[in-house]
Amino acid sequence: MSNGNTRNSMIDRRSALIGMGAGVGALATGLPGFAQAQSSAPIKIGFQKHATGVGAAYGRWYDATTQAAVARINDMGGINGRPVEIVTEDDGTDPKRGAEVIEKFAKQHECDVAFGTLFSHVVIGSAPRAGELKLPYFVVSEGHHVASGMLNRYTLQPGITDVKSQVLSMAPFVANNLGKKVTMIFPDFAFGHDHRDFFTQAIEAQGGEVIAKIAIPPTETSFTRYFPNIPRETEVLYHVMVGPAVLTFVKELGEFFGPSSPEIFGFIDSLEAVSIGSPGLEFLEGSYFWEGNPRHAQADQTSHDKMYRAAVGVDDTGSSTADSKDVSTYAHMFGCWETLNIIKAGMEAADYQGPADRAKLIEAVEAMSDMPLSDDHPQGAKLFNGKTHQAFGHQYISRVTDGKLVVEHTTSIDESLYEDEVDYTTQSF
Amino acid sequence: MDFGPHLMLASLEGAVIAAILALTAMGLSIVFGVMRVVNVAHGEFYMLGAVLAWFVASLLGGHPAYGFVAALLIAPVLVGCLAAASDWLILKRINYDPDRTIVGTIGMLYIIQQTTLMTFGPDARPVEAPFNTRLALPWWEWGEGGLTMIWPWGLSTTSYKLFVIVAAATILCALWLVITRTKLGLLMRATQQDSETAQAFGVPVGKVYSWVFGLGAALAAMGAVLVVPIQQAHYLMGHDPLLLSFIVVIIGGLGSLPGTVIAAILIGMSDGIISVFFSPTVAKIIATLLVAMVLVFRPQGLMGRKAA
Amino acid sequence: MSLPARSNALHFGVLALMVVLFFVLPPYYAGNLSRIMVLAIYAMGFNLLFGYTGLLSLGHAMFFAAGMYGFGLPMAHLGVPLVPAMFLGVLSAGLLASVIGFLALRTSGVAFMIVTLMFAQAIYLTILYFSTWTRGEEGFVIQQAERMVMGIDLTSANARFTTAFVLFAVTFLGLARLIASPFGRTLIAIRENEERTRMLGYDATRLKWQAIVVSGAVSGLAGAAYALLFGYVGATFATVQYSIFPLLWVLLGGAGTTIGPLIGVFFMFYLIDISSSYTNAYMLIAGLALVLLTVFAPQGIAGELRKRVATWLP
Repeated sequence: MSNGNTRNSMIDRRSALIGMGAGVGALATGLPGFAQAQSSAPIKIGFQKHATGVGAAYGRWYDATTQAAVARINDMGGINGRPVEIVTEDDGTDPKRGAEVIEKFAKQHECDVAFGTLFSHVVIGSAPRAGELKLPYFVVSEGHHVASGMLNRYTLQPGITDVKSQVLSMAPFVANNLGKKVTMIFPDFAFGHDHRDFFTQAIEAQGGEVIAKIAIPPTETSFTRYFPNIPRETEVLYHVMVGPAVLTFVKELGEFFGPSSPEIFGFIDSLEAVSIGSPGLEFLEGSYFWEGNPRHAQADQTSHDKMYRAAVGVDDTGSSTADSKDVSTYAHMFGCWETLNIIKAGMEAADYQGPADRAKLIEAVEAMSDMPLSDDHPQGAKLFNGKTHQAFGHQYISRVTDGKLVVEHTTSIDESLYEDEVDYTTQSF
Repeated sequence: MDFGPHLMLASLEGAVIAAILALTAMGLSIVFGVMRVVNVAHGEFYMLGAVLAWFVASLLGGHPAYGFVAALLIAPVLVGCLAAASDWLILKRINYDPDRTIVGTIGMLYIIQQTTLMTFGPDARPVEAPFNTRLALPWWEWGEGGLTMIWPWGLSTTSYKLFVIVAAATILCALWLVITRTKLGLLMRATQQDSETAQAFGVPVGKVYSWVFGLGAALAAMGAVLVVPIQQAHYLMGHDPLLLSFIVVIIGGLGSLPGTVIAAILIGMSDGIISVFFSPTVAKIIATLLVAMVLVFRPQGLMGRKAA
Repeated sequence: MSLPARSNALHFGVLALMVVLFFVLPPYYAGNLSRIMVLAIYAMGFNLLFGYTGLLSLGHAMFFAAGMYGFGLPMAHLGVPLVPAMFLGVLSAGLLASVIGFLALRTSGVAFMIVTLMFAQAIYLTILYFSTWTRGEEGFVIQQAERMVMGIDLTSANARFTTAFVLFAVTFLGLARLIASPFGRTLIAIRENEERTRMLGYDATRLKWQAIVVSGAVSGLAGAAYALLFGYVGATFATVQYSIFPLLWVLLGGAGTTIGPLIGVFFMFYLIDISSSYTNAYMLIAGLALVLLTVFAPQGIAGELRKRVATWLP
C-alpha cells in the first residue's frame, strides 16, 4: 500500500503552483507580501462541505462564498503574507463521514484549521474528533450546540448567530405586531425543538402563548394532513422547515388556508434556495420572515452588501448572476465569508506561523468582541462572546411586499443576548 | 379543525398517497411476481421519472400542460428502456440469483443516484402542475334547519390532487386490461406461474423478463411524474417510495396484483388517518410496527398463498 | 498443516498484520485502522447471521444503535462509568435482539427482511421521539474527559488503537471459534438445507434465535465501541443506510468467511476515501464496484479466494 505520498504530492504540486502564480502576480502588480513572506507555504483551511446528501443545496452556495472570500483575502495579500488554500472534502451531510473528514484534514492534508459545516448533527459528530486532534474547528451552523457547552474549546462559531438568539429576538416583534396566540410548525428533530422551546419561553415573557405545537416528522414529503391541527383561534402561524421538501411545505400551507389565513411568520429557512415567486407562493404576500441576511437588496443597501453580492456572484434578488432561477441560500452563506475573515484576523493577531500556534489562534479569537459592519462583516455588526465561542448579531424581519422581501424591523444585538451556559476559556487545550 | 373534516382531509391526502403508491408498488409487484427478484433500485427508477419530467418540462417551456403531458409520455418510456437495458446487461448475467440480484441492484441504485447527482445536481427542483386550483370542500352540520352545508376553515384540496387519484386509477385499470386481455399479459402470467413450463411451451422467457422489468420501472416513473408537481424532483427522493413499495408488495402478498392495490390503499390511507389521532412521530411508529406485526403473524401477506 | 492449525495461523496472522500496519503506516492511515476495526466488528456480527446462518436482516442498524445508546445514555444521564456502560451497551443490544428474533423468526426470506427493516425503522423513530434524552438526530457528545479507563485517555492515538484492537481481536477469534464449534457447524447446516437439519432432530428455530442474539450483541459491541472511541451518539446510526453498510461490506469481502468482513470494510473505506478526492459522486464508483463484483466475483473477495485457491478458508 502506498504511504500516502501520491496524495500529498498532488497537494504539494497545487500549492507550488499557487505559490509560483502568486509570486509572479506579486511581481507583476507590485503587491507586497508574498515575495517577502517569512514562509510562503500556504495556510491550509479544510472546508467540510455538504456536497451531497440533504445539505447539498447549502453546500454549493457555501462553496461559492468560501471561494470568493478566499480570493479576496489572497488579493489583499493573504494571511501574514501567506496565501490561503482551501482543501475541500465532502462530508455527505453525515456525521460519521464528517468525523472521518476531520481526520483527513488533520492528518492527511495537514490543514491548519477546519471550517464550514452547517448541519448540526454533522457538527456534533465531528467536533469531538476535532477536539481530540486539536484542530480548530470554525463552524457556520446556526446551531445552539456550541454555546450550550456540549462541544469543546476547539470549536467556535464566530461568523453566524445561533438559533436561540434568533428565536428569542423575534418574540417581541411577533407579540407586539402580529398577535399573541401563536401556533408553531417545526421539524420534529433537535433543530425544530430548539425553535419550539426557545420561542415558547420568549413569547410567554411577552405575554403571549403558544397554543399549538405541530411537529413534522423528518423526511416528510407531504404536509397537508398536519395542518388541520392548527387551531382556529390562531393569530400567528410560526413556521420553520428545512430539507428538500420546503417548497412543498409552503405551497401546501397556502393551499390549506386559501383566502383566510392568520398572520404568518416564518423563518426564511423554509424558503432558502427557493424563489419567492414560485407558483403557489402568492399567498405569502404580506407575510413576514426572519432573515439572517436580507435576500433582496434594500433601499438602504450598504456598500459592503453591494461588494459582497458582486464577489459571490449574486444579484439584487439573491439569485445567481449566471442564472436567475438559481436562488442562493443568502440567509446563511454570509457566515462563511465572515468566518474566513475572522480566521484571518485571528491568525494575524496571534502571529500564526503553523500548527504549533493553534492554541494561540483560539485565544486570539476568544479575545475578540466587537466586530463592526464592514467589508469583512457585510451582514452587520457582531458581538463575539469569547467564553461561549458564539457570535451575536442583528436579526432582520422582512415582509413580502409586491413579491419582494422588504426589511421592516432590525433587532438590536442586545435583545438577542442570553445568559452564558458555558465558559470554554476555563477548559485546557 | 373538528374531527369530521379533519378525517375527511386526512383521507383525501391519504388517497393521493395511496394512488401514487399503488402505481409504484405495482411496478415492483410485477417484477417480484414474474421474475422473483428483489429490485433495490426500484426507487431510483421512480426518481428518474421525476427528474426526466423536470428535464422535459424545462426543455419544452410554454404552458406547463404541454410539458406535463410530454413528460407523462416520454419519461416512463425512457426509464423503461433503461431498466430493460440493465436487465439485459446485469441481471441476465447473474442468472437472477437472489443474493446477487440484491447486490447488483444496490449497485445500480448507487450508479443511478450518483449520475443524477452529477447531472441534475443536489437541489430540489419544482415542476409546475398543468392546472392547480384550490377547491374548498363542504362539510355537513346539524343546524336549526336540519342538515346544513358549511365550509370549514382549511378543508380543501386541489384540482390537481384529485386528477392524480383519477389518473392513477385509470392507469391501473389499463394495466389490468393489459395483463388479463393481451398476449403480453398472457405471457407474463404464464411466466409467473411456472417459468420452466412456459419455456417448454415456447414462451421467450428471457424477453418477457426484460419487458416486465421495463414495465415495472415505467410504472414507477409514471407515479413519479404524477407526483412531481405536488412535490419536487430531488435526487434522493427514491428512498421512501422504495421502502413503502416493498411494504405494500409484501403485505399485499407476493404475486397478487389485487393484493398490492389493496395494501397500497390501506397503507397510504392509514398513514394519514392514524396521524389524526396521534402525534405524527408516534403515528409513524405505530404504522411501522403494525406492518411488522402483520408479517409476523401472516407472513404470506394479506392475499398471498401460504408457502408450501 | 492441519485445518485448525491453518485457521489459527491465518487468524493470528491477520491480527499481527494489524499491529504491524499501525506502526508502519503514516498517521492518517494508522488512525483509520481503529475505525476500520470497529466497523469490522459490526460486519462480523452481521456475517454470523447472514453469511453463516443464511438469514438476511435489513435492520441490523437497530442493534448497532442499541449498543451505542445503551452505552452513551447511562454515561451521559446517569453518570455510569465507562466499563459498566460498555456492558450495558452490549446487553441492550442482546436483549433487543432476543425480542426481535423471537418475533421475526416467525417469518423467513423476504418477509424476514421486511420485518427486520420495519423494526429498525420503529427503533429509529423511537430514538427521535425520546429526543429529550437522546437529542434525536443531532445526537450528543461523550466528553473526552469521561473516556478514560484507569487513568488512560482512550482518545490518544495509541490507546484508541489498542482498545479497538483488543475488542476486534476478541470478537474475531471468538467468532472464528464459534463457527468451528458444533453450534457453528449446525448454523451452516441450517443455511445449506434447513429442512434436512430439522429432520436430523435439531431445533432450527431455537438455533437461529441464538444466532440472532449473538449477532445482535456483537453489532451492539461495535456501536458501543464507536461511541467510546469517537465520542458521538446520534440517530443517524439507526437509519437504513447503516443497515445496508454491513451487507455491502460482507458481500464485498466474502460472506461466510472469517476474514471477509474485515476485507470488505477496508475495501469500501478506501474505495470511498480515494474516489472522493476525484468526484463528489464517489458512491458511483462504489456502485460500479458492486455491479462488477456481483457479475464477475459473486462470492466476494475472500469467497473467491476460497473457491479458487484456498478451499480451507474458514
